[in-house]
Amino acid sequence: MSTNIKYFGLLAEITSCREESLGNSPSTVNELLELLFEKYPDLKEKDFRVAIDQQLVTEDTQITGGEIALLPPFSGG
Amino acid sequence: MKDRKPKNVFVEGAISPEFIATSIAKHQSKTSIGAHDIFLGQVRADMVDNKTIKAIEYTAYEEMANNKFHEIREATFGKYELSCMHIYHSLGTVNAGEICLFVFVSSPRRKVVFEALEYVVEEIKANVPVFGREIFEDESHQWKVNT
Repeated sequence: MSTNIKYFGLLAEITSCREESLGNSPSTVNELLELLFEKYPDLKEKDFRVAIDQQLVTEDTQITGGEIALLPPFSGG
Repeated sequence: MKDRKPKNVFVEGAISPEFIATSIAKHQSKTSIGAHDIFLGQVRADMVDNKTIKAIEYTAYEEMANNKFHEIREATFGKYELSCMHIYHSLGTVNAGEICLFVFVSSPRRKVVFEALEYVVEEIKANVPVFGREIFEDESHQWKVNT
């Protein structure tokens, strides 16, 4: 199973894409972040939150599918 | 009043003064309203390291943002006795001096609209996934941070 991830704001600059599919399927958010930090070391220094199906989640959240998004600090208005 | 569906809050580019005027005019038929309050967010030409911001380019996680706007609307109607509420936020490029956020609340009485408006604006700033890319006159950029 592949994992689809959306990137927003400055995170999309670091990854050079707004959306991608990872070949592997991490079982927790923590595992996902480890994979992403390996692929994009610059992400480590950035402040961001993870949402699954538009709900903010914590690092120990299980990933059982759904739309994953990495969100930098919100700056609307 | 309970079955409001998420609306699309986003508009492409700046929110024009004419759009705001029309929105006000549309409320003249709602004669139970005694007080409106309006918040207009305007792009500021901040100077950073001797460079001036000329525009902000907004992007958003649109599906989540529209749902968050909807949650904020519902929570605000739950907390305050409002007649109606409208929220519009820009996507894409908004030049310094132009309007990027328009929040409009109406009620029979004034005190409610003052409180409700501040609540809505603060909730939007804190909880809606919108991202501002501040573009300088030399085309370099930095990412906006809400304070």
